[in-house]
Amino acid sequence: MSDTLLSVQGLTRHFDVSKPWLNRVIERDDRQYLTASDDVSFDIRKGETFALVGESGSGKSTIAKMIVGLLEPSAGEIRFDGKAMDFASGAAMRTLRRRFQMIFQDPFASLNPRWRVGDIIAEPIRTFGLMRGEEIGREVGRLLEVVGLSAADAAKFPHEFSGGQRQRIAIARALSSRPEFIVCDEPTSALDVSVQAQILNLMRDLQDEFGLTYLLISHDLSVVRHMSNRIGVLYLGRLVEVADAKRLFTDPQHPYTRMLLDAVPDLALSGRRRTPVTGEVPNPINPPPGCAFHPRCPHVMPECRQIQPHSIPTATGTAACHLLGQGAPRAQQG
Amino acid sequence: MPTPLLSVRDLVVEFPTRRGTLRALDHVSFDIAEGEVLGMVGESGAGKSLTGAAIIGLLEAPGRIAGGEVRLKGERIDNLSPEKMRRVRGRRIGMVFQDPLTSLNPLYTVAEQLIETIRTHLDLSEKDARKRAVGLLDRVGIPAAARRIDDYPHHFSGGMRQRVVIALALAAEPELVIADEPTTALDVSVQAQIIDVLKEACIERGASVMLITHDMGVIAETADRVAVLYAGRVAEIGPVRDVIQAAEHPYTSGLMGAIPTLTQTADRLTQIPGSMPRLNAIPQGCAFNPRCKHVFDRCRRDRPELIARGGGRHVACWLFDREMEKADV
Repeated sequence: MSDTLLSVQGLTRHFDVSKPWLNRVIERDDRQYLTASDDVSFDIRKGETFALVGESGSGKSTIAKMIVGLLEPSAGEIRFDGKAMDFASGAAMRTLRRRFQMIFQDPFASLNPRWRVGDIIAEPIRTFGLMRGEEIGREVGRLLEVVGLSAADAAKFPHEFSGGQRQRIAIARALSSRPEFIVCDEPTSALDVSVQAQILNLMRDLQDEFGLTYLLISHDLSVVRHMSNRIGVLYLGRLVEVADAKRLFTDPQHPYTRMLLDAVPDLALSGRRRTPVTGEVPNPINPPPGCAFHPRCPHVMPECRQIQPHSIPTATGTAACHLLGQGAPRAQQG
Repeated sequence: MPTPLLSVRDLVVEFPTRRGTLRALDHVSFDIAEGEVLGMVGESGAGKSLTGAAIIGLLEAPGRIAGGEVRLKGERIDNLSPEKMRRVRGRRIGMVFQDPLTSLNPLYTVAEQLIETIRTHLDLSEKDARKRAVGLLDRVGIPAAARRIDDYPHHFSGGMRQRVVIALALAAEPELVIADEPTTALDVSVQAQIIDVLKEACIERGASVMLITHDMGVIAETADRVAVLYAGRVAEIGPVRDVIQAAEHPYTSGLMGAIPTLTQTADRLTQIPGSMPRLNAIPQGCAFNPRCKHVFDRCRRDRPELIARGGGRHVACWLFDREMEKADV
C-alpha cells in the first residue's frame, strides 16, 4: 500500500439543520441532522485521477472540503501520505496544506476581484515562504505560461479574462505551492464545451508534467469517463460503488450506477434501449431506511428496506448492494 | 411545399449602447415544420436564448428587432402590437424556461396558476378549467395530480416543478413550444425524464418544439433537426443525425470533437483554439475565421451565406462553395 497517497476511512459529516431553539420548544420538534457524508472510505493512489460522481445532495463537495481541511469531519480519518490529518493542530495542518490544493467550480467567485492576477498566484508562494523577492515574479510568469497564458497577464485583474482563462489562473494558483495532490471540484461545469475541452486537456498535460494526483468531483459522467482511472459513485452521502473507470462503464455493479449511465444522453445515436429512470433523489435530512436507493431501485428486495448494505469487494473495487451479497445472479442489464 | 409553422427570415437583433450598436443576431434564418422538434445549440453568447426571446416578443430593452421577419403559419408576428402579441404568447406559443422556480409564482397554488392561464386563453368554466389542469398535470407525470394541484410551487421538487411549467406551457394548446434550457438546472437522472415528458406531451398535441440548449446530448436524443449558432449567426442547420455524425462546418465538427463521450476513449479532446468573439469585435468575413484551421482569404473578406448541401442541410462556410465552383469547372 506504499503507493497510496490519500486514504479516507469511515468519513462522516453531520450538519445541524435544526430549527431555532424557540421553534423547537414551541413546535416540540427534535434537533435535525443532515448526514452529508456517511461512512465513506476510499484510497487514492499516487499519480492517478480518482473521481467522485453523484447528483446534487450526494455529498461530493462536502467530502472534497473535508479532504482539503476546510471542514472538520464528524467521524472518520483522512490519511495523507501515511500521516493522519490532525484538525486540532494548526501547524501540522499548515505543513500538510502546502502539498494539496483545490480548484473550484466558479472561476468568477474563486478569484479576488481586487487583486492583480500576479498577486493571486503569488499568495501561496508567499504564505508558505517558498521563495523571496524577484524570484516570486519570475515564478508567477513561468506558471502563467505553463497554463497557457502570458507572463504579462500578471499585471491584469481577473475581470479582464474570460471564464476559461480565469480557470487557467485558478490552476496556476493551485500549482504555485508545488502540490502533489489537487482536488478539482466541478472544474469545468461553469464552462462551455469548447473551453471545457481546453481545460481538461490542460489538466491532463499538467498531470503528466508534474506527476499530480487528482481528486475530480463532477456530476458529468462523460467528463469523469474521459479523465479518471478510478471512480466512486455517491448516493445520498454513501459510496455505493467504487471501480476502475473502464469497468464501471462496461460492467456497472450497483443498480444506481446503471441508472446513472442510462440517463446520460446518447450522442452516438446508437439507438440503445434505455431503462426508464424513475423518481428523484430523496430529501437527505430524512433518507429512506435500509439502502437509501431502495425506493427507486428496480430490483428492490425486502431486506433492502431495512438493512443498510455494506460494501462488498467486486472485480476492481467495491459495491454496496444486497443483490451482490447473496451470490444471487446479478440483475440483468436493461 | 407546405407553409412551415414558424419561419424566421434574416432576423437581426441589435442593442444600442453608448459605444455603438451591438448586433447580437445577424441575419438568422430557419424554419420549424409542424410537429417538428428543432434543436438550437451554441455556446454562451451565441444568441440562442435571444432568438427565442425575439420570436415571442420578450426582448429586454434596449434590445430590438432591427430587421427581418418572423412568421407563424404565414402571418407576421414580429410587428404586432404588445396587446396582440400577448394573445399569441401562451395561446399559440408556449414557453418553458431554465429555472422552474422563477417561472412559477410562489404566492399562488399550482391550480390557481394553471386555471388562470387556461381561462385567459380558452373559454372554459372554472370547473372545466380545473379538470383540464388536473389532466395536464397527470399527463406530465405528477403523481396524485388531483390532490397535489392545490400545493404551492415550493412543495414540489425541482424536477416536479419543471413538469408543472411544461403543463403551464401546454395549457392553452399552443402550436409551438419554445423550451429554453429546460433541463440545465436539473440532475442527470431527472433531466432524462423531463426531456421525455416534454417531447411526448408535445408530439401528442401536435405542437412543434424549439429546444434551446448548450447540451448536444439532449439535442441528439430529442430533436429532428438542429441549428448551430455561432456569434449570432447560423453556422449549420440540418437533420440531427447528419450534423452530429458528419458535421460540415469546421466549428460544428470542432465542437463535436470537444465533447467527451462515454464510449470514446480518445486520449485528448479536440481543441478549438481561442474563444467566441465578443459582440463588439466580430471579425470581418466569417465570424469563425480566426479560430478555423481551414481558413483562406475569402473567409477573411466575405461573410458566407447558408449554402444548401442537399438533404435539408445548409452550411455557412466558403469551403463548400469552393467545392461547387470546382465541380462546375
